[in-house]
Amino acid sequence: MVISAETRARIDLEIAKYPKQRGALLPALHLVQEELGHISPDTAREVAEIFGVSPVEVMEVVTFYNMFYDRPQGRHHVYVCTNLPCSIRGARGLLRALEKHLGIGPGETTADGRITLGHEECLGACAYAPMMRIGGKYHEDLDLEEAKRIVDALR
Amino acid sequence: MLKVPYVTNYLSEHFAEDAYATLEGYERRGGYEAARKAITKLTPDQVVDVVKASGLQGRGGAGFPTGLKWSFMPKGADKPRYLACNADESEPGSFKDRILMERAPHKLLEGILIAAWATQSQTTFIYCRGEYAFPGAQIARAIEEAYAKGYLGKRVMGSKFSHDVVLMMGAGAYIAGEETGLLESLEGKMAKPRKKPPFPAEYGAFGMPTTVNNVETFCHVPHIIGSGAEWFKGFGTEKSPGTTIFGVSGHVVRPGLYELPLGTRLDEIVFEHAGGLSAGRKVKGVIPGGMSMPILPAGQLDVPMANEFLRERKSMLGTGGIIVMDDTTCMVRVGWIVTYFFRDESCGQCTQCREGTGWMHKIFERIERGAGSRDDLEILLDVAAKMDGQTICAFADAAAWPVQGLLRHFREDFEAHVAHGKCPFPQSFEL
Repeated sequence: MVISAETRARIDLEIAKYPKQRGALLPALHLVQEELGHISPDTAREVAEIFGVSPVEVMEVVTFYNMFYDRPQGRHHVYVCTNLPCSIRGARGLLRALEKHLGIGPGETTADGRITLGHEECLGACAYAPMMRIGGKYHEDLDLEEAKRIVDALR
Repeated sequence: MLKVPYVTNYLSEHFAEDAYATLEGYERRGGYEAARKAITKLTPDQVVDVVKASGLQGRGGAGFPTGLKWSFMPKGADKPRYLACNADESEPGSFKDRILMERAPHKLLEGILIAAWATQSQTTFIYCRGEYAFPGAQIARAIEEAYAKGYLGKRVMGSKFSHDVVLMMGAGAYIAGEETGLLESLEGKMAKPRKKPPFPAEYGAFGMPTTVNNVETFCHVPHIIGSGAEWFKGFGTEKSPGTTIFGVSGHVVRPGLYELPLGTRLDEIVFEHAGGLSAGRKVKGVIPGGMSMPILPAGQLDVPMANEFLRERKSMLGTGGIIVMDDTTCMVRVGWIVTYFFRDESCGQCTQCREGTGWMHKIFERIERGAGSRDDLEILLDVAAKMDGQTICAFADAAAWPVQGLLRHFREDFEAHVAHGKCPFPQSFEL
């Protein structure tokens, strides 16, 4: 068993909210990923057992949605929005400069496992561009110096 | 920086008050009076009639009449009925629902409560995009407050009516904002849109009759019930009543949110409200309603921002997300970004969309690189025509329209790339 009893109990609370058990699959995957960092095939098998579905049904959901990961990630996810309103205001230059600053290529993780840096589609911060999302937090109206300072402070 | 609209009206007038996001602060400003009036003084049919008479149209992009949508819900108590709130805002250029949820979560809940009474629904599922952690947390807290006060749960406000609200956080998929993609996602599946019919009012979430409305749409409802349909029609145009919260982004001096009546002219929004462009720059094109809506060239900014006028210019209001581009902008790069996005977000179940979005992106890529040919322009239009209206949902249309718009108004940008064998706009934003 890789999913803790505590997470399992939280999953059961989610299941109780929906008319059909499977409605709680996305909330459950969020909880499992919060605990384990990503959802491996073994984890997916356990989730599948809870929901009475086949493991591949869980994996297809995991791989359909951008925010679920099927492999290990850096401790911090840094995403720069590169959709049109942000690109117009320099987001792509910012992203490239951050990659250079961290010494990694697009979508890669730093050698110390600290940061995975990627880009994301529109995050709903169009007037506050360029911006980046780190976990649940938005950093907006950025310039390169500010962005570097923020990623350097991540531990 | 406090993120509230620079120009406010009835929806956003108290957004600068932090307390407005709390139940106490919201009630101090008259919050929940309209829900109380609806549940204790009006029948469900009367509420539907007021909303119908107001002419409120959905603010999520399609502009469907809200009261009419509610009236599609079957009557009778033989099976549960549901509402779904589409809080999966992800149309590029749109960020109004986010700010509504951050600054006025109880306004959303009050609108939901009134709609629930009108449709006699037992549960509302709020589907909030996963990236919106803070807006989601604001909603979660507001739901807790509303339950504690007896505004949600059993016997709402002491009546015989019960209603539950469940918040679900999505996990990153633009297509989950399509109403039946949203329903699939609510059911714990990939967000692949359903074939219609059956429509959600017949077969919706978990197989039950369901009405899906956007966040902003719900937020207008307490004002309509509180002040009346005639009052509401005092804003906007005859065919498109009310205000909306326009989002302005791109090359303007004051990007931000502006709550203005529908029918406000686009040039007034861009130049008077958003401060125009920086010194020496001119407008090249403006996307009027989120990235899916066809672009307008600089000469067409006199258009009133309402569907009846935008349709004449072959565009639409969409979500009211206005993206302004100045005269340095390379429209091939714009097309590159647009098609990259749709290629990435296509759910893949319809061939035209899965393949067409990728083909279009490849063509933009080679034109931008300087390796395009004159035939490529015709191929782009051919692919777009074969996607538009040919698939299960409107996603393929939304991918085709902006490409058609770019070629309609900026064909010379494409031809210049082909003729010069490279991008002729060295000052344009970086790809």
